[in-house]
Amino acid sequence: MTRFLLPLSIFIVVVVFLGIGLKLNPREIPSPLVGKAAPDFSQPQLFEPAKVFSPADMKGKVWLLNFWASWCSGCKTEHPVLMDLAKSGEVPIYGMDYKDQRDEAMTWLSRWGNPYPVVGVDDAGRVGINYGVYGVPETYVIDKQGVIQYKQIGPLDSETVEKKIIPLVKQLEAQ
Amino acid sequence: MNIQWIALIVVLFLSGPVWAGEARPLADDPASEARLKHLAVELRCLVCQNQTLADSNAPLAEDLRREVREMIAKNMSDQEIIEFLTARYGDFVLYRPPLKATTTLLWVGPFLLVIVGATALIITLRRRASKVVDVPVTEDEHRRVEQLLTEGGKRP
Repeated sequence: MTRFLLPLSIFIVVVVFLGIGLKLNPREIPSPLVGKAAPDFSQPQLFEPAKVFSPADMKGKVWLLNFWASWCSGCKTEHPVLMDLAKSGEVPIYGMDYKDQRDEAMTWLSRWGNPYPVVGVDDAGRVGINYGVYGVPETYVIDKQGVIQYKQIGPLDSETVEKKIIPLVKQLEAQ
Repeated sequence: MNIQWIALIVVLFLSGPVWAGEARPLADDPASEARLKHLAVELRCLVCQNQTLADSNAPLAEDLRREVREMIAKNMSDQEIIEFLTARYGDFVLYRPPLKATTTLLWVGPFLLVIVGATALIITLRRRASKVVDVPVTEDEHRRVEQLLTEGGKRP
């Protein structure tokens, strides 16, 4: 019996490692920006191009910054969740229209609804690069001091919003 | 030849450079093009993760090449450019991850496995060697072997 003990234990260790590997999502790259100040920008607004949108305007508030685009299918999936969250009034969601056509973005929002008080325009994708965006949608939770506290890669779902985003926002609001 | 033909020829000649423009080099001067190539093969495209920044045609890779090209134009060092990218995308953008506390297992792991494997091999070989016992062959057995070999295995 004992001669099988060693191969069996090696097998169990390998199975455990493979199991962990299966659960990891290789597309989710941990962001080095969590815990750091949100990169500054000053981008024209989608609906009022003469005005700019900047994170400096948001000092003292907990808010979400959502990178999206009208060409992005994940954004369509995520959209009802954002609409619900916006309606709940828990936290304001600000949009960043990533590498998009202005008219198409406006049509998209008027068709599906607009959860954003303000949308900034990042047509060259430079703000995206500063935030480490590599695939839209991506959402950042930014605290009162302007520090990124959480990054969501890919579409938000209602479970993530209820279990992660809202508790985190409440905790940050209390600070 | 009437004026319309001349006009057509002139238009075709003028449009030549537009066609040629499609195959533009990575950067306009060869030195920075070489630097961009040298850097881009060390950097990972985040969208198609098994491609380098040099190979990938993903829009993000194009944007990142543009950023790198601009940083080269600003005379930033390779070190500074790599720091710019790792500050945003983490060590994941590097094809050769740096040796850090979090990457020790990655760097040391293969050597550990070789050491463990070699030790196991040596132990088994030694154990096996100790199990082999010299059995003296008697005269009778010797004769039987000779017989078997010469008679081709016929039973006595």
